[in-house]
Amino acid sequence: MTTTLHGSAVIEFRGVGLTYPGPPAVHALHPCDLRIADGEFVTVVGPSGSGKSTLLNIAGLLDTPTQGQYLLNGIDTAALSATRLAALRGERIGFVFQAFHLLPHRSALENVELAMVYRAVPRPQRRARAAAVLERVGLAHRAAALPTQMSGGERQRVAVARALVGEPSLLLCDEPTGNLDSATSASLLELLDTLHRDGMTIVVITHDRQVAQHGQRTITIRDGVLHDSAHRSEAA
Amino acid sequence: MTKHRRGAAPERSRLAVRDLLSEAVAGMLQRPARSVLTALGTVLGVGAFIAVLGLTGTATSQIDHRFNSLTATEVSVTDVGPRNAAARDMSFPHNADARITRLNGALAAGVFWSVRLGPQQAVRAAPVGTANSVDARTQVIAASPGVWQASQARFVEGRAFDGFHETHHQAVAVIGSATAARLGITTLRTHPAVFIGDTAFTVIGILKDVERKPELLMSITVPRSVAERTWGAPTDEGAQMLISTRLGAAAQIADEAAVALRPDHPEYFKVTPPPDPRSLRTAVSDDLSQLFLLLAGVCLIIGAVGIANTTLVAVLERTGEIGLRRALGARGIHITLQFLTESAALGLVGGLVGTSIGTVVVVTVAAAKQWTPVIDPATLAVAPTLGLAAGLLAGMYPAWRASRIPPVEALRR
Ligand SMILES: Nc1ncnc2c1ncn2[C@@H]1O[C@H](COP(=O)(O)OP(=O)(O)O)[C@@H](O)[C@H]1O
Ligand SMILES: [Mg+2]
Repeated sequence: MTTTLHGSAVIEFRGVGLTYPGPPAVHALHPCDLRIADGEFVTVVGPSGSGKSTLLNIAGLLDTPTQGQYLLNGIDTAALSATRLAALRGERIGFVFQAFHLLPHRSALENVELAMVYRAVPRPQRRARAAAVLERVGLAHRAAALPTQMSGGERQRVAVARALVGEPSLLLCDEPTGNLDSATSASLLELLDTLHRDGMTIVVITHDRQVAQHGQRTITIRDGVLHDSAHRSEAA
Repeated sequence: MTKHRRGAAPERSRLAVRDLLSEAVAGMLQRPARSVLTALGTVLGVGAFIAVLGLTGTATSQIDHRFNSLTATEVSVTDVGPRNAAARDMSFPHNADARITRLNGALAAGVFWSVRLGPQQAVRAAPVGTANSVDARTQVIAASPGVWQASQARFVEGRAFDGFHETHHQAVAVIGSATAARLGITTLRTHPAVFIGDTAFTVIGILKDVERKPELLMSITVPRSVAERTWGAPTDEGAQMLISTRLGAAAQIADEAAVALRPDHPEYFKVTPPPDPRSLRTAVSDDLSQLFLLLAGVCLIIGAVGIANTTLVAVLERTGEIGLRRALGARGIHITLQFLTESAALGLVGGLVGTSIGTVVVVTVAAAKQWTPVIDPATLAVAPTLGLAAGLLAGMYPAWRASRIPPVEALRR
């Protein structure tokens, strides 16, 4: 619990908000302060359209806030050019999406490798690292399979492997279990728990209360307003 | 496992050229049928380009080849001197052949004209009064002995008349083999004669072939001196001279011929040198290839539009992929380059296939015509580049658009 409060922050929002100019103007995220420390497992829960993805896109440098200051690993992101933002995104953040976003004509291994292509990692190294991460998510035997030959759970594990292979400081998951049945969901969450125990900082977005129980801490969001953050570190 | 990383944001994401190329190839192979159809326009355009230039080049070199062997060494001289009733004489002097062959570079020269026969002067194989032997079709040509060498005549039997026959007004004749057959002459051993009007001419040679003046094969040719004495100077058409020269000497001989023949009146002659090979070549290129090159251009444009269309569709279809790549650290320029490389690769493949097909067409046509195929190496080098350029041009707009899609929007797909 003390690590949560006093550890170095991976994400630090200072009055960060996002308004779509419209008309009508949409306050997708009202200005808010948020601090997620290194090694935390946080879930963000809220109904559809409440601004969860907006929060995650800002945290993942895919979108820029219209208000406030966002520090990632202590770096003020507002001061960075698009080029440096892209580089920072590629190096520090791993994404897992509801829709998996695997390239359909590439094998599991090649999909994982893709995360290292924009960092000009030489191919043999890429291969080796991708294979190692696939093994870690329990898919070593499926390295050559195409996404169409894999189950939803397997696909999402490939996506997790792809997010992990660049050794990011932050894993952002937008409704990762949205397309999975409950058994497969449970197994994926177990994988996330394992990663958390190994020290990964994880933010999982969900509209599923059940899934939200997994985090150390749950942030509720409603109509773009962050409501509370309940800590459950003792319970975990 | 997580490192504490504070400060120092990384400079920029990098995409190795090798990875860019393999992404492009993967993109192309992703939908092979569509890629093939898309490249078709470029294939046709570049193929037509090669075929047109190759066939024109091949035909031109063929013309050059013939040109070198015969036409380039032929000069003709036409008598355009005054021919009034009083001076019914021709401009060519009696020793015209010798005057020309004295020139350096001239191999042979001969004067000839077609003889106009009177109504009672048909060609016969037997004396007047004998039936069935009139051959009205046969032309009579008067020629000086030099004509035989200048036309490169070859004989089935016998020989050409020479200076002796000419100076001694010998009534001899050389006839073509077809004419001989028509007149019922099969051998010279019987010393056959032909009758022109009521003059008998002894046939001393039967022609097999000539390289120049093929009309000699269809005619009865008699010595110039005999013709002049029997029928007078040439009338309506006038006399001509055929000169054969050494290769490269034709232009100079053409310059000197008129003065050599008549230093007093060189203006009596119109000299025709061989045509300029370059003018022949442009004539061929102009006539034949302009239209086809235009067609090739149209095909290429259609090909480019096809590539542009396919790439645009691919960008829309792969919006999610674009978003994902952005999430993985790709910059806008990386997305642009990826789609641009893909369209360029499509164009290049189309260009290469088109070049191969065009070459096959040229070689096949040349083989069928027994020509030597000639394709300029520069053309072969430029053609695939044309396809590449079409692909690049076509990819510009879709690739630019791909990079403009905001990552968040792209990922929503
Ligand atoms: N490009 C946009 N323009 C205007 N409004 C938008 C845009 N994108 C999202 N919104 C709005 O912002 C709000 C938050 O959206 P989002 O963060 O995607 O919600 P969630 O992920 O919780 O379902 C929604 O009301 C949505 O309609
Ligand atoms: Mg959402």
